[in-house]
Amino acid sequence: MSAVPTTLPSAAIQRSLSHTLAIYAKETKYDFLGRLRLPVYSISTVMFPVMFYVLFGLLLNRGHEVGGVNVAAYMIATYGTFGVMGASLFGFGVGLAMERGLGWLQVKRASPMPPFAYFAAKVVTCMAFSAIIVVLLMTLGVLFGGVHFSGAEALKLLATLVVGSVCFCAMGLAIGSFAGPNSAPAIVNLLYLPMSFASGLWIPIELLPKFLQRFAPMLPPFHLGQLALGVVGAGQGVPLQHWEALIGFALLCLGIARIGFQRDERASG
Amino acid sequence: MIAEIHIPQSRPGKRRSEAVVARLTNVSKNYGEIRALRRVALDVHAGEVVAVLGPNGAGKTTAVKLLLGLVAANWGRVSVFGGDPRNAENRMRTGAMLQVGRVPETLRVREHIDLFSSYYPNPLPMAEVLQASGLQGLDKRPFGELSGGQKQRLLFALAICGNPDLLFLDEPTVGLDVEARRVLWDEIRRLVARGKTVLLTTHYLQEADALADRIVVINQGAIIAEGTPSDIKARTAGRQIRCGSSLPIAAICSIPGVLEVRSDRDAFVIRAADAESVVRELLIRDPYVSGLEVTSAGLEEAFLALTQDNHQPEASRRVS
Repeated sequence: MSAVPTTLPSAAIQRSLSHTLAIYAKETKYDFLGRLRLPVYSISTVMFPVMFYVLFGLLLNRGHEVGGVNVAAYMIATYGTFGVMGASLFGFGVGLAMERGLGWLQVKRASPMPPFAYFAAKVVTCMAFSAIIVVLLMTLGVLFGGVHFSGAEALKLLATLVVGSVCFCAMGLAIGSFAGPNSAPAIVNLLYLPMSFASGLWIPIELLPKFLQRFAPMLPPFHLGQLALGVVGAGQGVPLQHWEALIGFALLCLGIARIGFQRDERASG
Repeated sequence: MIAEIHIPQSRPGKRRSEAVVARLTNVSKNYGEIRALRRVALDVHAGEVVAVLGPNGAGKTTAVKLLLGLVAANWGRVSVFGGDPRNAENRMRTGAMLQVGRVPETLRVREHIDLFSSYYPNPLPMAEVLQASGLQGLDKRPFGELSGGQKQRLLFALAICGNPDLLFLDEPTVGLDVEARRVLWDEIRRLVARGKTVLLTTHYLQEADALADRIVVINQGAIIAEGTPSDIKARTAGRQIRCGSSLPIAAICSIPGVLEVRSDRDAFVIRAADAESVVRELLIRDPYVSGLEVTSAGLEEAFLALTQDNHQPEASRRVS
């Protein structure tokens, strides 16, 4: 029993940049793997937009045109928006609410994990699922809907939707920083489904009642939908303004999330 | 193990250095109206095991969360390794086991450990972590398929995998069976033998007695007693005498050295600091004493006495 207590001098340890990057990579890898193995997330977020697209974009409205373009192309944009929104809201919002509410986030916070790595991993995971959804829709559209994309168009649509999905990660962050683990899925659905409908993601905006058409620009999915439609040639408005709306909404959500986390620090046990 | 020879004042681990690695200075913490901690002062020295003992809701977990920088104190100062517990360098030297409702269930044991190990500069090898936490052979199992005890062991594995100098274990053996608890105790002793410092909370008195160099008893947010396990036991009622007697209860109370008397069915239970002198006096005063039994008051009794006393300050206890 001759062990001597080891007390290292403080400030002896500094993490190198490559070590920090390795942590970010690992955090992301395991966040993605964890979600992929969770069928309630991975199957439902991917299958719902794909199913709707096949039904409404490829089968029921075959040969129709909306906004001057083939309905199969139009609905890649709208169901693509619907899909990335779901992947982000459920992935970020519900995921965070669970981990926050059940104590796991505290274990992570008590560890030397760089705090931002946790959020960055979640954003990248959601973006990866968003990309999977968009690529699936485009593939189906090209193979079975007679949609034609140039390589640049395909990339632009993918990039628009995946980058735009970050706005819904921010919305998920705001929800997840307030909602409890049990109520989060219900809250997300209550926002997600009506917003999708009113933004013209299910039924083209041109076919919605007038008062909804006027109300739609209040909703962030409308703006991302219009940006995506712009790529396939059926967009309304100025792209820059849509981006501004999305960025503004994301910043608002970050502010709300900040309040939520501060509340946690004061109140929770 | 030579250390098993009993030299007064030298439990294994008593070799504590003067270096304070974690400290609460007059800390108060409120959650809204609830006063979770009231002016608590606590020092943890390098190389020692401190057990924070108390009933549920006493404020044990709050003390740990303050020392981990997860919640901020309303009053007072919290320091770890002489600095803010939230410093990245401090966190790299600290491991924590908290009470968790659920962990991402689809990740495997090995993956959880791999991720947490990556946060630290000098983590332990995977095989060593699995062995120390008793998870050998379970490394490919998803968290969701582990039993309650195995889940608890994984949380322990995450606390130790970074080879930290300071460990916070909040109720580490909750939900473990007797065997698994022993294994964990052995592991904690091994960590201390390697020079680690441990602060653990528990409401198992036996656990505090078995592991700690020092016990801090906490109740309703305040520290009500502090000392070595034997100090704590000595502070309340050295021993307990049980016997039948024809004397009235008041007469027994008047015997010098009697701390407390209560009647239990057809016998009296007497708590006494110096049992021998009380028994001698009792036998002189009452020739009809029957069924005499002397037992040492365990930590359990000591703890109950301490915490109950806090509820009833007017109780008849008289401890010097």
